[in-house]
Amino acid sequence: MITLKTPAQMAKMRDAGRVVAAMLDACRVVVRPGITTAELDRIAAEILKKAGAESSFFGYSSPPYPATICTSVNSEIVHGIPSPKRKLREGDIVGIDAGAILDGWHADAAITVPVGKISVEAERLIEVTEEALRIGIASAKVGGRIGDIGAAVEEFVRGQGFSVVHNYVGHGIGRAMHEDPQVPNYRPTKGQPNPLISEGLCIAIEPMVNIGGPETRTLDDQWTVVTADRSLSAHFEHTLACTEAGPVVLTRAGEGAAVAA
Amino acid sequence: MPRVNLCLEKMASKPSNKEVIEVEGTVAEALPNAMFKVELQNGHAVLAHISGKMRMNFIRVVPGDKVLVELSPYDLKRGRITRRVRY
Repeated sequence: MITLKTPAQMAKMRDAGRVVAAMLDACRVVVRPGITTAELDRIAAEILKKAGAESSFFGYSSPPYPATICTSVNSEIVHGIPSPKRKLREGDIVGIDAGAILDGWHADAAITVPVGKISVEAERLIEVTEEALRIGIASAKVGGRIGDIGAAVEEFVRGQGFSVVHNYVGHGIGRAMHEDPQVPNYRPTKGQPNPLISEGLCIAIEPMVNIGGPETRTLDDQWTVVTADRSLSAHFEHTLACTEAGPVVLTRAGEGAAVAA
Repeated sequence: MPRVNLCLEKMASKPSNKEVIEVEGTVAEALPNAMFKVELQNGHAVLAHISGKMRMNFIRVVPGDKVLVELSPYDLKRGRITRRVRY
């Protein structure tokens, strides 16, 4: 069931969104060759704690997700579990996905960050994925449909010669991290749900873009999703509120009473 | 954190008709209602109907034809004729 949010509820999600932005910013600046993904997790957890928030991910689903954030390196698309054994190396790209619960409201966002100097192709992958997210957000117009978002994202990514993942999708968000509707990054086919976008709809748009094919595989830990052909993959995400005035990104730093300094 | 796409999962989890037993037999008798009595190679006789795909393509089956029959593991006395075997 799709639930629409009042402006007051959106403001609460905005507060949670600021915490998420702070987590991602903190991780972004410390990413360098030699750091482990567990350290990124610890840094993000500290910011959560300081803000009085909790992780949306920890304990989620089954088997319970064991960490605060997701760190997905290179061919890992999403849901990578931080580990003290996983050291980032020069030339890697790492996707960092964070979610926070503040006062019962969720926000969820992700970025992909280069580690040191990366290949030209990897750089282009990151640029294309971030641009795909921007295009997706711009397509989230009240009166349009959820499918407009995926159609725009898919068209752009295909035109750049990359592929978007179909097996995982964006989602409605609010009192739970995953609410209806699903927000696919492709044009829904006939018969698939394609709900209208109404004032107050809050969704997380998250294109996952692969250099190779869109097929995915899940590793034995039952969380980490990798590209079937082991090609590089990038992931960007924002939580946004759809309003008559246009989409409002909730997971950006700045303006208003910031919760996390 | 992305969510698992439930739309695709539904498509992937359609039951695959792998749980059938395929055997060859000879049509012994044509019965009313497009049913046939098929004598299997192992001597058993089953009541079989023509698969929809064969019906759509007007594949005629007459007594004496060798056919491929799919048996459900739940009822081994009934089957579906999926192919007429030429030789």
